[in-house]
Amino acid sequence: MTLQTTTYLIVGFTFAIYIGIAIWARAGTTKDFYVAGGGVNPIANGMATAADWMSAASFISMAGLIAFMGYGGSVFLMGWTGGYVLLAMLLAPYLRKFGKFTVPEFIGDRYYSKAARIVAVICLIVASVTYVIGQMKGIGVAFSRFLEVDYDVGLVIGMGIVFVYAVMGGMKGITYTQIAQYCVLILAYTIPAIFISLNLTGNPIPQLGLGSTMAGTDVFLLDRLDMVLRDLGFLEYTTNVRLSTTNMFMYTLSLMIGTAGLPHVIIRFFTVPKVKDARSSAGWALVFIAILYTTAPSVAAMARLNLIETIEPAPGEYMVYEERPNWIKNWEATGLLAFEDKNGDGRIQYSADAATNEMVTVDRDIMVLANPEIAGLPNWVIALVAAGGLAAALSTAAGLLLAISSAISHDLLKGVFKPEITEQQELLASRVAMAGAILLAGYLGFNPPDFAAGTVALAFGLAASSIFPALMLGIFYKRMNKEGAIAGMVAGLGVTLLYVFQHKGIMFIQSTSYLGDMSENWFFGIEPNAFGAVGAMVNFAVAFAVSRVTAAPPQEIIDLVEHIRVPSGAGAASSH
Amino acid sequence: MSKNSSYWSANLRLVAICLVIWFVVSYLFGIILVEPLNNIRIGGYKLGFWFAQQGSIYTFVALIFFYANRMGKLDRKHDVHEDDE
Repeated sequence: MTLQTTTYLIVGFTFAIYIGIAIWARAGTTKDFYVAGGGVNPIANGMATAADWMSAASFISMAGLIAFMGYGGSVFLMGWTGGYVLLAMLLAPYLRKFGKFTVPEFIGDRYYSKAARIVAVICLIVASVTYVIGQMKGIGVAFSRFLEVDYDVGLVIGMGIVFVYAVMGGMKGITYTQIAQYCVLILAYTIPAIFISLNLTGNPIPQLGLGSTMAGTDVFLLDRLDMVLRDLGFLEYTTNVRLSTTNMFMYTLSLMIGTAGLPHVIIRFFTVPKVKDARSSAGWALVFIAILYTTAPSVAAMARLNLIETIEPAPGEYMVYEERPNWIKNWEATGLLAFEDKNGDGRIQYSADAATNEMVTVDRDIMVLANPEIAGLPNWVIALVAAGGLAAALSTAAGLLLAISSAISHDLLKGVFKPEITEQQELLASRVAMAGAILLAGYLGFNPPDFAAGTVALAFGLAASSIFPALMLGIFYKRMNKEGAIAGMVAGLGVTLLYVFQHKGIMFIQSTSYLGDMSENWFFGIEPNAFGAVGAMVNFAVAFAVSRVTAAPPQEIIDLVEHIRVPSGAGAASSH
Repeated sequence: MSKNSSYWSANLRLVAICLVIWFVVSYLFGIILVEPLNNIRIGGYKLGFWFAQQGSIYTFVALIFFYANRMGKLDRKHDVHEDDE
């Protein structure tokens, strides 16, 4: 069977499962639509959260980035997992106790202010929309590479699938589909990793293989990688710091706080039956995430080593270009991998020196997708990786679209502009909002703005600098009032936007960058992607200062905070 | 109210302990002290590198379950737990 037939079969089979689940789990009430009826088992919710959280970025991009950053890539590993500790201890149980449907709803009630609610809706929509563009692009790319259809056709198929199960099933359909998608994506990630670890080290567990010796030798894999890279003129893999220690510290902190503040992750904890379940569910989510995140460093290091050994099979013996393997030809066709025989010897030299390096383009995003081909694994494994990448992108897109549509239908329409609509009307409105959000995401996927890649930093920066501090202060600081919270959100957001835009251009248009992307102008050497943590600190400081000089919140708010701090007396999530 | 405030301060103590461990395994071992720790090895892993790419993640998982378990006990001790079905 050819690779393409196998891919069609495996991807088609997984899509049939998603649609089947959607029909089985239709949403009948707003409660089904927003919080899946509030009765999701904590382990199942953990699995759905893991799929929701792990996007095309985790599945496709992360290991490739680490492969080329080495130790510096640790910021992603720690940052995108450590946020769950903050979520489990500082937010999830209390927001679950509060028992409403959306994040802006909590902010609006806690700060007794529609203005605060609207500010939160804006932060949520901007963060989620920027994030969803990346997912739609991932879907289009994965389809066009593996099903050999046009990017546009791939995108339309992806939109159609999300439309069916997200609009029909709401949170209920999304939750059960995400559980299936988690299973697909984790198998697709770990199976090739097991094969490759076995090939290179003889140890089938990738987490152990990375610390083992190369098969048949007594040289440790990481030592070998360090040595090979040193010889080519690169920095050592295991000690390659990302810019500076301060920068790595702030980058990790930004990703952690951003993770804990991303609304599509937070709303997942509204779906479990009890406060107790919200705590353990965060733990289960992290277990399921950790399976991928502890495998990723092995995938990264082994892919880098395999790539180098394909180009330079023996010291000084470089690959003859005409004899290159098929996977290289396939990726050259996409333009994501390119060679240039600068010295005309018909061989490909790879080195850290830009003047003599002949592997001129290696897109980081191809590493995970090409990995099974580089290692010469069977077709069904390659097809499974395609299905896994699609599962990761689809599950995150659906979760984000739900967060966007509930902010529009529940917070803006029902909460602010038309409080008198009935539940059936609200349910209809949320479906229309969802369909609109899919069309918008699809449109942005067809015409991806140049800044799509840069906006991930903005999504995390927004969540870290605006949403997280407002939520945390709302729970842990009774004296926090609406003036402080609003001033904090605006200041945190403003400072983060200003910093990102001044170095990367307004709306990421390079020419409008008034300070330039120059590292000598960076505040304490912190790169723009890592600035969310500074924004969050500004938010905390401003919120605290303003709240001290303005009126204390009313007694009923103090009582509300007392109420959410203890688990007893929690009902299921409701809108009343 | 005093019953709830002793519950709340016990909770804050527990959160503080957990966050100290959270900070130590990631920021301290994985970033600030990575160089000295890299002189120690477990198998092929340098210890600092291992904390940054493996050890911190395992610790995070254990921390959340530890916290959830201890909070469950605190809920019962202070009689603020949810009703059993």
